This record gives sequence, structure tokens and C-alpha cells, in this order.
Amino acid sequence: MEHKPKKLALIASQGTLDWAYPPFILASAAAAMDWEVGIFFTFYGLPLLKKDLKASVSPGSNPAMPMKMPFGSEGFQSFNWPMPNILMNNVPGFEAMATTLMKKTFKNKGVASIEELREMCIDMDVKMIGCQMTMDVFGFKREEFIDEVEVGGAAAFLEFAADANVSLFV
Amino acid sequence: MSEFNVTKTLDTSGLSCPLPVVKTKKALKDIEVGDILEMISTDAGSIPDMEAWARQTGHELLESKDEGAKFRFFIKKTH
Repeated sequence: MEHKPKKLALIASQGTLDWAYPPFILASAAAAMDWEVGIFFTFYGLPLLKKDLKASVSPGSNPAMPMKMPFGSEGFQSFNWPMPNILMNNVPGFEAMATTLMKKTFKNKGVASIEELREMCIDMDVKMIGCQMTMDVFGFKREEFIDEVEVGGAAAFLEFAADANVSLFV
Repeated sequence: MSEFNVTKTLDTSGLSCPLPVVKTKKALKDIEVGDILEMISTDAGSIPDMEAWARQTGHELLESKDEGAKFRFFIKKTH
């Protein structure tokens, strides 16, 4: 097609498993519609570009997060387990368990993993800008990140976003 | 079976958003301009999604069928 493609500019600032989904889902859907897509990964969003992706959920800091069991009867699976704060914040391993359950629930529902979505975005030439300042602040090294990352700062992202049709901060 | 001369069938049954559109886009790479792709989905959001996808990409959505448990789409590759 000759016309200029539409453009999506996203900022991914959150690194938990649940918050990693919106930018990757929107980016892959837009790229599938032939849009030009760029994501600026900053602060807690930056580790989503690491070779070793370790996003987990944090139920203690998201009190509205439904706690679902990925096995058993339909009624059992759709039951929303009440999780008292004392349990979420004080039991060692609670987050790891919640993350395992969330990943399994997503998988059962046919939702792609973050790794798969990231791979699809790369395949469809989504531009991934990693925040240089965040790397410096948290002491990350370039080699910890996937090769496709372009390292840059606020100006590099803003130049990309300047003529975007849709810009979102996640 | 269908009134269209289908070149390729893509079954995305069981997969959630955004996989039906992403896999449709990928599948179009394997067929020629003018060919027809049949896509099957169980994602309840896939009718509005595929309609939007077709408007945005310019590929022609010949038909969307709601078959109850499944949705069936016929897409003509236009470019």
C-alpha cells in the first residue's frame, strides 16, 4: 500500500506479569494491522526486554486482582478466592505461587505468554527503545537485554511519538 | 463446504486476543494476492476485531460467520 501507515507509540513503565500484557498485546495487534509501532521501555518496564524474562504478579500491590485456580471443575475455576493482605504480604513464596497460578490460567484460556508476544512483536518489526537512564539507575548492562533493543532516552522516544496517531502510557 | 475457493485454512481455535489477528497477518504471507484465506476462531471478540483488522489493512473480509461455538472468516489478500 502506498499510503503512510498509522503509528502507535507506547510507554511501558510497569514490569509485573499482568501489566506486561497491555503494551505487548496492543503492539502486536497494531503491527498485525500494518501500523508502525514503537514502545519505550522505562523504569520497571525495562526488564521486560531482558533476555531472561522474569515477570511475576504482585497480588499484594493489586488488591483487586482475582485469584483463580487453573484446575478443577468449572465452578471451582471461576471461584474468586479471597486473599487476606496478611497472607499476601507475609507468606514467603506467595507471589511465586500466585504467578504460577496466573500463568497457568492464562495458558488454559489460550492467552499467549509474554515471551511469545514479545517474539511476535520482534517478528513484526516493532521498535523497542530501552531507556538508557533506567539502565544506569538500576545498574543493568546492555548485554542483559535482547539484541533488538535500541537504547535511547526521552528525546529518542518523543521524536518517534511526535507524529503518532495513538500514544499510550502503560 | 464453502462458497469460496479457499487457498489456505488457519484454525486459531482456543486462542485469545490478539493471536487471531496476529496469526491471520502471518498466514497471509504464505498466500498470493487474490487468494482467499479461511480463518476459524473461538475468540468471542474476533468478529469486531477482524472487521477492524480488515479496514485497517485493506484486505477484503468477504464474509464473517457466527456459527455459535466458532467464528469463520473468509479473507481475500488484496496487496
